[in-house]
Amino acid sequence: MRAGQKLGLILLLTPLLLWLSLLIIIPHIDLFLLSLRERVGVRQYETGLANYTTILTEPLYMVTFARTAMMSILATVLTLLIAFPVSYYIAKMARGRARSVLFLMCLVPFWVSELVRTFGWMILLRESGVISGLLQWAGLAAGPVEMLYNDAAIMVGLVYTSMLFMVVPLVTTLDSLDDAVIEAGYDLGGSGPSILREIVIPHAMPGIVSGSIVVFMLSLGNYLTPTMLGGKDSLWFTQMIYSQFIVRFNWELGAAFGFMLLILSSLIVWAVLRLTGQTLEKTMG
Amino acid sequence: MIPTIPQNPLIRLVYGAYVALFFVYLALPLTVVAVFAFNDSQFPSLPWEGFTLSWFFGSERPMIGVFHEDPILRAIGTSVIIGLAVSALSVAVGTTNAFLFNRYQFRGRGFLYVLMLLPLVIPGIVLGISILVFSSSLANAAWDAAEIDIQALRPGLLLVILGQFSFVTTIATLVIAARLQKFDRTLEEAALNLGASHLTAVRTITLPYLAPAMIGAFVVSFLMSFENFNTTLMLVGSDSPLTIAMFDRLKLGSTPLLNAVSLLLMLGSSLLALVMIAFQRKS
Repeated sequence: MRAGQKLGLILLLTPLLLWLSLLIIIPHIDLFLLSLRERVGVRQYETGLANYTTILTEPLYMVTFARTAMMSILATVLTLLIAFPVSYYIAKMARGRARSVLFLMCLVPFWVSELVRTFGWMILLRESGVISGLLQWAGLAAGPVEMLYNDAAIMVGLVYTSMLFMVVPLVTTLDSLDDAVIEAGYDLGGSGPSILREIVIPHAMPGIVSGSIVVFMLSLGNYLTPTMLGGKDSLWFTQMIYSQFIVRFNWELGAAFGFMLLILSSLIVWAVLRLTGQTLEKTMG
Repeated sequence: MIPTIPQNPLIRLVYGAYVALFFVYLALPLTVVAVFAFNDSQFPSLPWEGFTLSWFFGSERPMIGVFHEDPILRAIGTSVIIGLAVSALSVAVGTTNAFLFNRYQFRGRGFLYVLMLLPLVIPGIVLGISILVFSSSLANAAWDAAEIDIQALRPGLLLVILGQFSFVTTIATLVIAARLQKFDRTLEEAALNLGASHLTAVRTITLPYLAPAMIGAFVVSFLMSFENFNTTLMLVGSDSPLTIAMFDRLKLGSTPLLNAVSLLLMLGSSLLALVMIAFQRKS
């Protein structure tokens, strides 16, 4: 390597290394070290796994942890099931102008903040809300119906909020599937379902995987939707982190919570990549 | 099923209806937010009390409109400052990253690339607390060593900017790298043959070619920063950006003022989106 080139490499590496080390790697190591610290007295600390044993032995924490994971998985599956037919329609059925308009319409809601979207669902679902009013007007309900502050409301919000991150990768991968391949499938005697199973889904796999990973991550790490739509008893893991850090000021335990969330999400992302034979570079990059 | 293959018309109809229903579902929450901004009532809910513009222009209690509500205006200002800083930083680092991964083969390149993607799969709230913990460690160390109180390392504007920058950069890198990949390097070689130096060639040939992607990355970064909630929530100090200020109000109970702010946000971001699309089409 010539000297000039070497200088260029160093100059370009510096910002990358500064960014990754100072804002990603060292902070996470620090977070991990903090989670291993146990307060034994005023300004006296010991190193140990006490924070983790607290989490593992306290049923409320474990229930919340498992619940957050299960509901995030469910939200991911629901988002995929709802988004797939729509993405297929945009990529394969719609033609010309209609197609770009439909695709753009999918993107529009996500140009506004998650807070606004969640606020919209609150207006729709609450006791004095639009859906409750419609039901009463139609004579389907005798009095106001409260649809907010339950798990179904959280699910509606989660699916809505992450929809874009499923639709975009699905449309992109389905788009690259040549119509001729589907026609060939029919020529060879395939039926609708068998073509979907043997041709369309395998081809769309990278999109399905990357969409699912992102949706899962967003649901798991969501704070706003469970808090606003789920009300007081929503029990989401991020709320525990928030309350330990900001309300109780017990950073050691909060750091342990944060690390458990990180481990859970990394494990599931890794498992999904492994099961489907994809890599992070291929699905994200 | 594709259009060239004949299909049962009933299935087609059901499929079309499903897609239509999906778009109703997408539009519904935003529509109600927008409509109730004009409700002449203290609450953004039924019954409909008549049309008013007071939630935008009103200047007297109980209906103070957005344009007379100082805390909200200040929060918008804070968000804009944070957004501009985050986008400028992210586009700068994103551009150097794109060049690095596109032009150089070096040991550890693959590893660094995966590392570069990691911020996308770290939950935002964890990113927030890790930066909070690390900056507090630094601040405490500075205090213990020399009794210097570094305010900048306590929750506030700088930490919010760094926190958002930490993951927005990945997006900016991917957007810019995608366009750099399509660049025809013989153009740069031609410039070199004609006597230009390396830097001149990059400055006059490559960077103008990259400009649309850099502007696109800037707009996307700005929107991501403006919308960000999770990371910001953990790092925010006394000067809250808009999403946090709105969240605090929403917790206390909502008035159509929030609808009015939301409607303005929708208009603002659609405008930005249109500008970006127009710009991309032109280039």
